[in-house]
Formats: sequence, structure tokens, C-alpha cells
Amino acid sequence: MDDRVLWMKGIRKSFPGVQALKSVDFDLARGEVHALVGENGAGKSTLMKILSGLYKADEGEIWLRGRKLSSRGIKAMIDAGVSVIYQELNLMRQLSVAENIFIGREPMRYSGLIDWKKMYLDVQRILEPFNVDINPKTKIYMLSPAYQQVVEIAKALSLNSDILVMDEPTAPLTGNEVEKLFEIIRNLRNSGVSIIYISHRLEEIPQIADRVTVLRDGEKILTRPLGELTTAEIIRHMVGRTLTEQYPKISVPLGKEILHVENLTKKGYCKDVSFSVRRGEIVGFTGLVGAGRTEIMQTIYGRMKKDSGSIYIDGQEVQIHSTCDAVKKGIGLIPEERKHQGLVLGLSVFDNMAMTILDKESVLGFLKKKKLDISVKKLVELMEIKTPSTKQLVRYLSGGNQQKIILAKWFLRHCKVYIFDEPTRGIDVGAKVEIYKLMQNLAKEGAGVIMVSSELPEILKMSDRIEVVFSGSIVKEFQREEADSEKVMEYALGLHEHESQQEPRAAGAET
Amino acid sequence: MKVKFVETLKSYGIILAFLLICVGLSILSPVFFTLNNIINVIRQTSIYGIMAVGMTFVILTGGIDLSVGSVLAVSGAICAGMLKAGNPIILVLLATLGVGVGCGLVTGLFVTKARITPFVVTLGMMSIARGLALIYTRGYPISGFSPTFRLIGGGYILGIPIPIIIFLVVVIIAYIVLMQTKLGRYTYAIGGNEETVRLSGINSDFFKTLVYVISGSTAALSALILTSRLNSAEPVAGTGYELDVIAAVVIGGASLSGGRGSVWGTFIGALLIGVINNGMNLLGISPYFQQVVKGLIIIGAVWLDQLRAKEE
Ligand SMILES: Nc1ncnc2c1ncn2[C@@H]1O[C@H](COP(=O)(O)OP(=O)(O)OP(=O)(O)O)[C@@H](O)[C@H]1O
Ligand SMILES: [Mg+2]
Repeated sequence: MDDRVLWMKGIRKSFPGVQALKSVDFDLARGEVHALVGENGAGKSTLMKILSGLYKADEGEIWLRGRKLSSRGIKAMIDAGVSVIYQELNLMRQLSVAENIFIGREPMRYSGLIDWKKMYLDVQRILEPFNVDINPKTKIYMLSPAYQQVVEIAKALSLNSDILVMDEPTAPLTGNEVEKLFEIIRNLRNSGVSIIYISHRLEEIPQIADRVTVLRDGEKILTRPLGELTTAEIIRHMVGRTLTEQYPKISVPLGKEILHVENLTKKGYCKDVSFSVRRGEIVGFTGLVGAGRTEIMQTIYGRMKKDSGSIYIDGQEVQIHSTCDAVKKGIGLIPEERKHQGLVLGLSVFDNMAMTILDKESVLGFLKKKKLDISVKKLVELMEIKTPSTKQLVRYLSGGNQQKIILAKWFLRHCKVYIFDEPTRGIDVGAKVEIYKLMQNLAKEGAGVIMVSSELPEILKMSDRIEVVFSGSIVKEFQREEADSEKVMEYALGLHEHESQQEPRAAGAET
Repeated sequence: MKVKFVETLKSYGIILAFLLICVGLSILSPVFFTLNNIINVIRQTSIYGIMAVGMTFVILTGGIDLSVGSVLAVSGAICAGMLKAGNPIILVLLATLGVGVGCGLVTGLFVTKARITPFVVTLGMMSIARGLALIYTRGYPISGFSPTFRLIGGGYILGIPIPIIIFLVVVIIAYIVLMQTKLGRYTYAIGGNEETVRLSGINSDFFKTLVYVISGSTAALSALILTSRLNSAEPVAGTGYELDVIAAVVIGGASLSGGRGSVWGTFIGALLIGVINNGMNLLGISPYFQQVVKGLIIIGAVWLDQLRAKEE
């Protein structure tokens, strides 16, 4: 009872059309890492937003260090030592790293001007344990999502809070960075900070958490010490049934080469990238964050202008100058940053999903509303997107369901080549399986699929071929059978960079 | 209870304000609530109401068009000049609309291709179009047209003034375009998040340009009505109209950062401004004072919008 720093009692919350939380109890001990898991839309983020004062609970009490909270609000909660890293990054993209971390409490000089020197030094000190190369003066929008995440975490830590909520902090991170984050979390725990940790990467939970709470459909299913549960049991409680296969790989006969990229170069981003994708094939692209995977894809897609190199579709060279050209030529790209590149938050589920097919499903510019409506509704059902209706604004969906909308948007449009950039980020175990199935369906129907992912298990288990990217180039190609996580990591870390530089074509020659 | 009240106020706020002002004016002025005056108000409203519909498209994409008043002047001048030169009316109508389309196209291309912010481009266009109107007319009004042409602004169909009919038709077309067509949906989407639209493989520049073309052509359409109605085109016509036009859109609930707004809102917003203008005239309030009131209304409307945005 005494070591309970936080106790949330009987929390209820409903939104129009959804009961997000149905009388949930939750508690947090001093110096523990408490994992909170559940399917997309289970209510995890809502519970945390109530804790942070962003939402007001319809019912329920919150006790902090043995005292019941009366007045609340975001400021009050921060002052009370509660800091939340939200699922969606909430940085000001046009401001620098330092300004973001110190917003509202900038160090001042006596003259009343901001003491930039001190600010930059402080930021360097705060970022030190992360061991990352981030310049405090860099503008946020120039950083990769992983680095943005590091900034978010650094900001929360710099507030000296003793209760820290992390809502899917590892979603944009890769192996090494996750390790670093865990180290930071362990250090914090040892110094008495209590942490609530939300993640859909269930393999992380046993590594880092002391206790776990499972939510399902707004209800608390259980809270247990981690030693008493296996991952399989956690999954069963989350989805309410036993999940037979996490990576349902089917073998699809490969057809003709559908996409071929030759010596693609974009100065500062990628160099001499050559690879091909065949019909029915899933090609996995992996590498560390910042290795240039996203940039390669965006160059192919025409979002960034290439310096040289050629792209062939169905054996024909194509000129792609804009994303519009790419889509016309049959390439679809599902971007990694959902809020900024994938969704229009202020529009409905329908408008977001139908966006890619309006040109096909219209006559003289007029939409075939009925037909669109039917296809959208069918897919919402198939993908189990949790929304009260297709008219709901996307802003109000849970993070994972937003991700599903982005995927759905492209499933509606029939492309020859699909490029998925981190397709399962933030998606729960059950829905992941559905997405893998849908991806394989695309392949089975003759599309070529490129899957960029930082999650090694999914790369290893779902790809037919794996391309490892290091500092803007493909350093190694593995056939499905040859790859294992250690070998792939070695190349991703650049340990073999030297060899591959001596024989630059080695990667391609092996096929 | 309190939440509900605020919600209602936000959704129906303008309609409520509109009704209140109408009731107030009916009490204060015996003339206000007469059929004659009401028709008069709507007819006056239709001139900038039509432009406000075009402006709605622009503002929905997150842009702004300050040049509408000047585009009206230059289109009106060219219309008048061509009529005087004895061109057939049909040709004149098309040419006038063409001027509006042309101005909008230039603006749109500078916004999308040269990537200059709409505020600056249209500020420039405001000056350019005004200048062209003055050059073309040498600074003098051009007046005196055929009775046929004067029907556009002065005629009636089934007892309803033609400008009102044109206004309503424009509103209905715009509503259908915004709700039922690609262009409409993309207009909202671009205002919501242009990057997403572009990454969805949509030629967002094309649609963004189109939006300025729409705004330009509604300005030209208003020019036809105004020129016909006054039986004269003045190079200084439409000065300061952008204020009323933008005010109508904003009062109608559109967000200046784009992505939110509606034609019906704009319609009511335009009527509201029309009623306020008319009411102040009826009550004998000085035009100088009217300016102050209008300014306050615009700030008030944007403030309301801020409150709305804060919720999200
Ligand atoms: N502001 C809101 N308005 C309306 N509905 C909301 C709002 N916020 C959340 N919801 C709904 O409440 C439910 C719980 O959402 P929540 O974001 O807490 O889920 P989650 O467990 O965090 O899921 P995920 O793993 O996908 O992030 C969902 O059905 C969601 O659509
Ligand atoms: Mg969430």
C-alpha cells in the first residue's frame, strides 16, 4: 500500500459512440516498470491521457503518493512529477531540438534574453546517455522519427519526473536504440523512478517490465508480476483467444520481374542502389534507423529527386518525377510518419481511405459515392478497424487504428508494386497477423511487395528475400533460407562494410 | 449541460447570431422587415456572396485570395470596353470570365510552382489587377450599355432578381462540387494535410491552382453583375471587397488554416454581413463607424474559430 506511488481507481471514460474505459483500476509501485498492453483501441492511451490531465475521466479517482487528487490539469500533473511521452510525437517541427526540450522554461540571462549557450550545453548533457549524434540546434523536422523519439524522451527526463509514462516509445526505434532505451529505463528505475510502459512489441515486455496489466475493450483483464505469465498467455488475454500463428507465411510462386532499380543515387541519401522485385515476392529491407531505407523508397516514389539511376517496371524504363507519376505507373508507398504523411487527421475515415481511388471511382469528376462507400465499409470490417462509423474523424481513432487506415487506403488502390515503410508499427499482435495476410494476398494476386521494417522477426519471417541497407547502400542480400538475425545484424551494423566496398556488385551477383 | 450549450452555440452560433440581428433590426427599423428591403439586401449580398463562394475553396486549402476586388475591377472594365466596342454579348461574357480565370491561373501558378505564399502572391495580384483596370480605362468609368446586358443585374425571373438566382445557383453548384467531386474532396484534404495528399499520388499542385482559378472566375462573374447593375464599370470598383468576402467565409465557420468550412456557412456569413451593412444604413450609422463595426466582427469571428480549434 505504501510503496504505491500511483493508484487509479474505477476509471470510466466514454467518447461519443465508444465506451473507451469501463471502470479500470491501475496502480504503480515505486521504482517499478509496469507494462500496459492490449489491442488497438483497448484504451491504453486514453487511460494515460487521463493520468496526464489531458482528458477528464467520467468517473473514478486518482491517488498520487497516498493523496487523492482534487484539481487536475496538464500543468498540475507535470508539477506533481508525472510526465508522459505520447504515442504520437508532439514536437514542434519548426523549432530546434533545444527549444523543444526547454520550451516554457528556457534558461534566461539577467538581460532577459535567452541564454542559448547554457541551453545548448544543457541539452548536450541531457542527450549524453543516449549516445546519439544530435545537434541541439537541428530543427525537429530534419530528424528521423527515431531521433525525434529520443528528443521526446530526453524532454520528459529533463522535467525530473518520478512517474514516467511511455506510450510505445520503441515504435520508431531499431535493435541498438531499443537496447539503449532499456538501459536508460533500468537506470531510471534503479534511481526510484516509476515507469508505465506501453508497447505492441511483446517480446520487449519480459526484458524490461516487472509487472504487466492487460486491457481488453476498455476493461482490465489482469495485473500480474511478469514471472507468472508467458508471452503466449499475455497474447491470449489480450485478444481473448489463442493465436495460432504470429507470422503466417505462405509460399507464392514467383512471377516475372516487376520492378527493377538500377544504380539509384541521390547525393547524401543513397548510392548505387540496385535491386529487383518479382511478382508475388515480398522483399524485406532492413537496416538501422538512419541507414537510408526510407530515403531509397522515397526516391523511387518520386518524392525526392534522384541524381542518377533508372527504374524499370515490367521491364520498361519509367520516368518518375513526382509521386503522381509513381502512382500512375503503379507504385504505392505507405509512409512511416502517419500523422504528417499518411493521414489527414481532420477528415473522416471515409475521406482518408478513399483518397487514393477517387480518380478511378469517379465519372467526370463526380464520385461514385455508393460504390466507394461499399468498398470502404468492406475493408473497415475486414481489417477490424475500430471506429463507430466511417464518418468518424481519423483524429479520434486510436494510434493503431490510424495506422490501419493508411494501409487500407493503399489496399483499395490496385498497384503493381507496394512499398510498405514500417507497416506494423504500433499495431497489435492480432491485427499484425491480418496485415501480413493482406500483404501476402497482394503478392498472391501478382503484385510485388517491398517491406521496410526495423523489426527483425517480421523481416526474417515474412520476406522472400532480404536486403540489408547500411549508410545509403545495399550491403548484402540474403535469400530467405540463408538469413538469421545475427548475420543480418552484422551487416546492418556495417561490420562487413569493407568487403562489400571492394566488390560493390557482390550483393547483386549472388542472385 | 455546460458542454452541450457550448457545442450548440458553436454549431448554430452564426444562425443564432443571424436571427438575433434580424429580429433586433426589425424592432429598431420599420423598413427592415419589408419584402422590398429583404430582396434588396439579398441582391446586394449576391455580389460579394458569389466571390465568397470562390474564396471558400481557397481558404479550405489553407490559402487566401486578397486580389478578388481588383480582379473584379479589371474584369468589369474589360467587359465594359468590349461592350462599347460593339462585341456580341456572349463573346463579352466569355471574355470577362476569361479574364478572371486568367488572373486566378497566374496566381495559382505562382503559388504552386514558384512556391510563394498565397498572401504575397495575391497581394501582388491585387495591385497588378487594379493597375491594369486603371490603365485600360485611363482612370475613367465606362458606362451606358444595351438593355439586354443590363438584364443581368437588373432583370427578374419569376419575380426574383437575376443576381439572386445566380448567387443561389453558384452556392448550389459549389456545394455539389465540394461534396460530390474529386476536386471538392481534395480541396478539404489539401487544407488538412497537403503532404499526405501529395504522398497519396495526387497532383495537389493542379488542384491548388484550380482553386485560385475558381476564385478568379467568381470575381469576374460578380463583375458582370455589378457592371450591368450600375450600367457602368469603374476602375476603382470592388475596392475593399476582399474584406467583406473573407469576413463572410470566416464568419461562416471556415478555418483560415484550411481543412474546415462549408459553402452553407459562407452563405449565411455573407447574408449576415449584408444584413449588418443594410441595418447600419437604415439606422443612419455613419459609414466611418460601419468600418469599425465590421472590423470588430471579423476579429470576433476568428476568435470564435480559435476557441473551436482549441477544443481539438
Ligand atoms: N478523442 C477521442 N474521441 C473519440 N473517440 C476516442 C478519442 N480518443 C480515443 N477514442 C476511442 O477510444 C478507444 C480507445 O482508444 P485508445 O487510444 O485509448 O486505444 P489504445 O489502447 O491506445 O490503442 P492503440 O494501441 O491503437 O494505440 C478507441 O476506440 C478510440 O477510437
Ligand atoms: Mg494508443
